[in-house]
Amino acid sequence: MSAKKTSTVKTMIVDLYPRTKNMRVWKFGDNIDTDAIIPGRFLTINNPDELAKHAFEGTRDEFAKRVKDGDVIIGGKNFGCGSSREHAPLALLGGGVHVVLAKSFARIFFRNAINVGVLPVVCHDTDKIADGAKITLDLKKGYAEVDGKKLAIEPVLPFMQGIIDAGGLVEYARNLKEVPVCTKSRR
Amino acid sequence: MGATIVEKIFSRKCGSDIRAGEVVMTPIDGAMIHDITGPLAIQKFHEMGGEHVFDPKRVIMLFDHQIPADSLEAAKIHQYMRTFAAEQGIHNYDINEGVCHQVVLEKGRAAPGEIMVGADSHTCMYGAVGAFATGIGSTDMGFALKFGALYFKVPETIRVEVSGRFQKCVGAKDLILAIAADIGADGATYQAIEFTGKTIEKLDMAGRMTCCNMAIEMGAKAGIVPPDKVTWEYMKGRRKMKPFDLASDDDATFAEKRTYNVADLEPQVAVPHNVDQGVPVSKVAGTHIDQVFIGSCTNGRYEDLKEAAEVLGKKKFHAGTRVLIIPASRDEYLKALENGLVERFVKAGALVEAPCCGPCMGGSFGLLAPGEVCLSTSNRNFKGRQGSTEAFVYLCSAATAAASAMKGEITDPREV
Ligand code: SF4
Repeated sequence: MSAKKTSTVKTMIVDLYPRTKNMRVWKFGDNIDTDAIIPGRFLTINNPDELAKHAFEGTRDEFAKRVKDGDVIIGGKNFGCGSSREHAPLALLGGGVHVVLAKSFARIFFRNAINVGVLPVVCHDTDKIADGAKITLDLKKGYAEVDGKKLAIEPVLPFMQGIIDAGGLVEYARNLKEVPVCTKSRR
Repeated sequence: MGATIVEKIFSRKCGSDIRAGEVVMTPIDGAMIHDITGPLAIQKFHEMGGEHVFDPKRVIMLFDHQIPADSLEAAKIHQYMRTFAAEQGIHNYDINEGVCHQVVLEKGRAAPGEIMVGADSHTCMYGAVGAFATGIGSTDMGFALKFGALYFKVPETIRVEVSGRFQKCVGAKDLILAIAADIGADGATYQAIEFTGKTIEKLDMAGRMTCCNMAIEMGAKAGIVPPDKVTWEYMKGRRKMKPFDLASDDDATFAEKRTYNVADLEPQVAVPHNVDQGVPVSKVAGTHIDQVFIGSCTNGRYEDLKEAAEVLGKKKFHAGTRVLIIPASRDEYLKALENGLVERFVKAGALVEAPCCGPCMGGSFGLLAPGEVCLSTSNRNFKGRQGSTEAFVYLCSAATAAASAMKGEITDPREV
């Protein structure tokens, strides 16, 4: 991929996820599973705002009450493991969370998050970020800043960029009649 | 250089050489939706401008999580999906057949070498017949329904080779709990797990399903057993197709190779609240239990029920323990019924319910109160999954569940 293309794509990510300044941190640990994010009994709900009222219910009740638009979730390893429920990133989105930073993500959650417009960002240093801290992301330069410290973040996987370019999978697919199958793209 | 079974499946499908790490828009052979993730998938399909699904014959629809409709919301969801099925000409198994993954395999809707997606994380179970199958979210499913294709990053493969003969009362569930404890909850993220070796070759289809079902509990994208005699025998009467060879080459590039010997394997129990917390049953024997659940797509097959019945014999379940037994499908239920298992369980004090997910994911009945302990043959023991976030779920095989249900505490099935 040429350098020029990469930089356009990154600019677009920044445009799509404008809420990246001074985000309030909700800190979580390793292996946060989708049952914790949104318990099974609420899965008949599909509306993000309604789902958000039950996010982390029973595991961290103050979250749903106090989360504000532009807050950020910080996780450890394997964030979003468990079920394929898209209700999980939707519940976060409904609460105003547009970015999740974690050491690693479970595969389905990672994909679902991008598809619904929550940006999953890999950062190996999330241990250095405290609950309640304020964090700023520079997606162009690839770092997160907290208390004057800069922590490296990984760029979004190239193969997700086409989807992000379009503004999510729904937008990507909306105007397509068919898709070119068996075409490879780069790793 | 050789290829892995997963690379071969993608290469066959696309007619060109495809390797792990490549991202390919790949045609799919089938797509499964159920009553939890289906409505959102249908909504996304419409938002994407979808009018007709890519091929109604390749879409599998059924309801299993909240059946018979256990709330007004569930009833409306079922109604919404029924209407969609009728409009699109999709065959809907509705509430009649059982748990999605079991039904897909039983009805021959997944076959060796196929690429399957399901809006459910345990879709990886179809790897038991040598399909590449993976769970996806609702937006991805909306896309798959519209185009009959989806982006895949072709995964690397971890090859797990299993040898040795199981002790009495030890089997596939104990093996997979031990493997999950070893690999860890995120040890196989973005990878496929291939199960091979003498022990797997001897394993029946029920056991293979249990193993592949739980690949996701290590973060894997898919679990797969190379098709062999057992597989082709299972496919007979389910799907008209000629057996063909499909296996990893020995010189293929694997992410990792792991070997296990089951000869000394004890019955395993995964303790709360993570699936990779597996320990030998002796470590937790004596733990008081309030409820036992034998069922789910992991271990709700006739073979599991039979295993439980054999441990039970003519005895009774413990009076202070609630025992819920839910066959995974109508076929499995019928087999249990015809062989007298249902009668035996009911006489021993159990509740035997019609096929469905039951308390497995806590969306329906059979929930746990704060402080209660459940021993479950399902696949997840996350906090709050079966009801209260202050409840405790332990995972085990049907044999261990039955033995424990008889004593009211976690019990080694080899000792009853
Ligand atoms: S039985 Fe449990 S794991 Fe299987 S599909 Fe139903 S809820 Fe999911």
